This record gives sequence, structure tokens and C-alpha cells, in this order.
Amino acid sequence: MKLKNPWPIYFKKDVETHYCPGCGHGIVHRLISEAVEELDVGKRTICVNPAGCAVIAYNYLNVDCIESAHGRGTAVATGLKRARPDLFVISYQGDGDLAAIGTAETIHSANRGECFTAVLINNAVYGMTGGQMAPTTLLSQKTTTTPTGRTSGNDGYPLHITDVVATFKGVAYAERVAVNGPAAVQRAKKALKNAFQAQIDGLGYSIIEVLSPCPVNWKMSPIEAWKWIDDVLSKEFPLGVLADRRPKAV
Amino acid sequence: MSKTKNKVVIRTEYCKGCGLCAAVCKKGVLQTSENLNKQGYYYMEPAEGAECTGCMSCTLVCPDLAIEVYSE
Amino acid sequence: MNKEFMSGNHSFGEAAIRAGCKHYFGYPITPQNELGEYMSEHLPKAGGVFLQSESETAAINMVEGASAVGARVMTSSSSPGISLKQEGISYLAGLELPAVIVNVMRGGPGLGDISAAQGDYFQATRGGGHGDYRTPVYAPASVQEIADLTYKAFDTADKYRTPVMVLSDGLIGQMKEPVVFPKKIEKLPEKEWALRGMGSGPSRLMASFHIDPAVIERHNWKLFRKYQEIEKNETMYETYMTDDADIIAIAYGCTARIAKGAIKRVRKDGIKAGLIRPITLWPFPSQIIKDTASKIKKYIVFEMSTGQMLDDVLLAVEGRIKVQFHGRPGGAIPTPAEFARIIYREYQLESKS
Repeated sequence: MKLKNPWPIYFKKDVETHYCPGCGHGIVHRLISEAVEELDVGKRTICVNPAGCAVIAYNYLNVDCIESAHGRGTAVATGLKRARPDLFVISYQGDGDLAAIGTAETIHSANRGECFTAVLINNAVYGMTGGQMAPTTLLSQKTTTTPTGRTSGNDGYPLHITDVVATFKGVAYAERVAVNGPAAVQRAKKALKNAFQAQIDGLGYSIIEVLSPCPVNWKMSPIEAWKWIDDVLSKEFPLGVLADRRPKAV
Repeated sequence: MSKTKNKVVIRTEYCKGCGLCAAVCKKGVLQTSENLNKQGYYYMEPAEGAECTGCMSCTLVCPDLAIEVYSE
Repeated sequence: MNKEFMSGNHSFGEAAIRAGCKHYFGYPITPQNELGEYMSEHLPKAGGVFLQSESETAAINMVEGASAVGARVMTSSSSPGISLKQEGISYLAGLELPAVIVNVMRGGPGLGDISAAQGDYFQATRGGGHGDYRTPVYAPASVQEIADLTYKAFDTADKYRTPVMVLSDGLIGQMKEPVVFPKKIEKLPEKEWALRGMGSGPSRLMASFHIDPAVIERHNWKLFRKYQEIEKNETMYETYMTDDADIIAIAYGCTARIAKGAIKRVRKDGIKAGLIRPITLWPFPSQIIKDTASKIKKYIVFEMSTGQMLDDVLLAVEGRIKVQFHGRPGGAIPTPAEFARIIYREYQLESKS
């Protein structure tokens, strides 16, 4: 019999990920490794690893990786790409990393149209530190630092960072996707490939926001977490293409 | 029309038993094992007698690359 | 050998370009703006990239990226901005990435003022950021030395794979002097360790984070051994009229020049005063201070601070002779006459005792 899903060459072999059961990180890692393989850029890829749950993504992604300080991924990516424009650069970041501590770096690298791809994992909590409030935490959502639920009066509103940067002329492609089901996963991969292709074509900044389940910190089963993305999280953060400044095919 | 034979293999040591594969399988091919793996999870295993259609949905949603699908 | 008349801040830039620096990331702050401006004009002409970042924090992390792929790269700022860069400098140290960081010091703490000061000695020589690391620090005392030491800083950074700081101040940064630049480096050797995508080999990693403390302990000891090598090989200082001296001033940077002027004055009155000028602040030239202590009566430490290098001098002297301190913090600039008065006074006190 023939194996229908051979191991992606840009995913390290024989490693068990440290992610919790049902976590979305593993899926997004796999999609990235498949996409760089299909677009034939894996050998010249550098992935910037964040502080957060994906801090040791380098143990799983079989591409060159560099660590970044919390929130500074897009600044590191800017340095990489400015020094070696021929390389393919991904900045992999969580919501706290990209949209709280790294907001300035995110905004300005996007506005300059730096030619790399940011992958934003939005799970509406700080996962690695144990489930504190994130900039994307929903109103009334309970976290370990919003024990009675987030209130707009105290904490402001969920931050729509991808919608913000999508308005910038330097952004070639921005899309929000989810990974809570087979069809969603396929759409997420297509979005990643669109963003990656925009980088390959030198069109500027691209960003893919992924609504990603964090069952443990949401205190849900993996199935409930999927449903919560459909029923609640994606109502605040609707899926879809937020910016597409790629030249239209004639 | 001859039916294609498919087979699901779980890489049990990688599986964390999240059950998402079983949730998307329309044929009930996957079930939770009664045994623990080295990581301490009740891993998934193919259910006896169930017919895999090779739709690949389980592999799409598996966060741990723990599922291999073979076909003839 | 063309002699040029140039400001310290411009000379940082020209020396860096000649050292093969191709990338500059920085954010404006007085009194070092002329450096970024110089780079914005001249670096693109030299085939490099100038980028004005959104913050000092962003700049130092852009430095991390460019350094990781093997480029010679520089950032610069002044005291408050250098504080913002400390996180990134710690990462550079942990990741063992070479880079040159220029600090044109101004008065502090806080926003302070825009005059020259030396209040960042502790920050520069004690690592500055978090974790167990050191940063080699060069302290130029003239525009010529800005050129020479900036050029050298790139070599030291590459040789030891470490961030290196050039610690100057608003006085030397803004001052114009004749300067002869070192030869322009046209081609640098390839850096074996740099990331370039895995190509046909295995994937590579640059990370300072490992979950196992044993790994990080090993890494810290490795860094420690590197710092020992730097201490052994890279310590630099200048002595001035120390051979017959009874009393020796210790000062660095522009303060050393002011002290030199004071020594010239008091020598006219037959006072045997000399100067030890640390050129590297870390590694600190402790040995010459230890060796000289047995031959003289007293050290006088001059600083434009309330006494920071003083600690290193006291550690070197180990209580064997008296150490007098005279400092002017917060951007106040002393004069040779002021230092001369201190030397006269200390000399007389020693003669009486």
C-alpha cells in the first residue's frame, strides 16, 4: 500500500511537539512546511520564532530559524530581509507578541511594506504564560487576569490588528483564516500560499491571521474549542481577505 | 467498480488523543484507545471493521502529524 | 593618507563604512543625529542600507536580523536610547551575534540633558541588559580614535561573535578634528555560521532559549571562556608621563583629554603627575593600575559622573594606596584648570603626610 500523506520535508522527523492536545500551532506549522515545499522556497527560508508557545517552533520546522525577543519578530525579519532580500522570511507570532508588545514593530514594518510574511496565531489568550488576557481577548471572556471577564471599561476592546495593517498601502496581502476543521484548514493553507507568493513576487508585506484553538486555556475540549471559534471568536474576528493589492491577472 | 482499500495508521507516540480526527471522520474509523502512550495520552486507534474512504480529513486536522493514510 | 576635517559623529559613520559596514538601523536622538544623517547619505552610495527605525528597540532587533545573515551592521544612539536597546544587546550576546553599538553619551538619569556626560559607564561595562554577559567597550578620546576604534570594533565583534560598544559622548561626537581614516575594506570573508537558508545542508538554528537549564549553563560557561579570551587579548590603555609620577590621574574619553591638559599645567610647576587612560572600559586595564600602584602615592579618578569607573579602579588597587575621586555629573563639563586645582591639592596633601 502507498502512503497518501508523506511526511513534509520541511517538518522535522521523529519529534513530538510540546503543544497541548488540540492546539492549532501544530496544524499551522504543518501548513507552513507544506506551503514552502510546494512553492519551492524551503531551502532559502528563515523563520523568526517568537516568545510564546511557539518559542521552540525551531524543533519542528525544518528550515533555518532565529529567535526573536518578545514582540520584535518583525524587526528581526526586517533586518534579515534588508540584508538578504533573496531569502524567504516568515515571522511567526502570537497575538500578544504581534499585537501588544510588538505593535509598533508590526505597524511600521507593515507600513514600510517590508517584504516578508507575518503569521499571527490569534487564540485570544496568552497561552504559554498560562492564559492571561491578550489584546484579542473578547469582551466578557474570562482569563486568568480577567477573572470576571474582560470589560471595555478596564481593558478596552479586542484589537483588530490585521484589519488595521490591511489599510496600509505597503501591505500586499492580508487574510484571516481559522484551523477548526478540514475545510478551514484547506482555506488556511491557500491563504498562506497567497501571502507567501506575494513575498516571492516582491509585492511587499503580507500577513495571515489564524484563529487558532487553545482548548486548555479556554477550558474546553478540543471539539468545543472548534465550535467556539465558529460561534463566538469568528463573530468578533470575521474570516476573509482583508487586503489584496496583488496585481490582477489580465 | 472495485472499492479502493484504505488503511489508517496512527503513530501512537505522537498522538495526544485530542479526538479531532474522530470528530471529522464520517465513517467512525478512529476511536480512543484504552492504552496510554509514553507521553501519557490515551491515543487514537483505528476501530475494527470500519471502512476508511481515504478522504484525508483526519490528516488535515491532526495537530501532531500522527496519522498516516495508506491506499492501494 | 588623506587628512580630513570631520566631526566625531560623522567619523563614526565613515569609519564604519570603511570597515565594511553595510547596514545601519537607528532612531534620531541628540547629540548623535549627525551619525544617522551621514549614514543615510553615504551608506546607500557604498551599496548598503540605511533604515530609520520606529524606535531604538526596533533598530537593535533589525541589527539582530542583519547580523544573523552575516552582514556587518551598526546602530547608534545616546543614553536614553541605549537603555531601550539593552534588551536587544542581551539577545545579541546570547545569540553570539556581532554588531557595533555606538553610544554618544548625554546627561541623565531620565531625559537628562543633551550635553556630554559619562553616566552610562555601569550600563556599558556591566552588560546593561539581563543575563550573564559582557560587552567589549571602546572609549575614544579624539575624533581620530573614533575612526580607529570604530573600525577595530567591527573586527573585535566578528572575531569573538559579540556585540561591541563604542562609548563616546556629546563632546567628542560634536567636535571637529583632523582625522585620517583606515583603508576601506572591499571584501570581507564569508561567515560560516551565518544563516542563509538551509540550502542543501541541514537546517540551522540561532536561539538563546533552551528549556533545559543544563544547556543554558553550558552556554554561559562558553560565553565566560570567550570573555576571558577577550580580557587576555583585547585590553587597551594609554599611559602619559607615568614613568616618574608620584600621583596619577585615571580618566577615559574626553575627560582624559581634559586631565592631560591639567597634567601639562602642573608639570610646569614640577609636580610629577601622570595619566592612565583606559581605552577599553571592559575589559578594564586593571593590571597596569595594579602594577603602578606600588610605585606612586595616590590615584585621582576623574569622571563626568558621580563615580562609576571609580569602582573598577578601587577593585584594581585593592586598598593598597589612596584613591581620590573628582567628578562632574549630569552634563557639566570640567576644565583643565579645575582638574589642575584638584591635582595641586592632592599633591600638597600627600607632601604633608
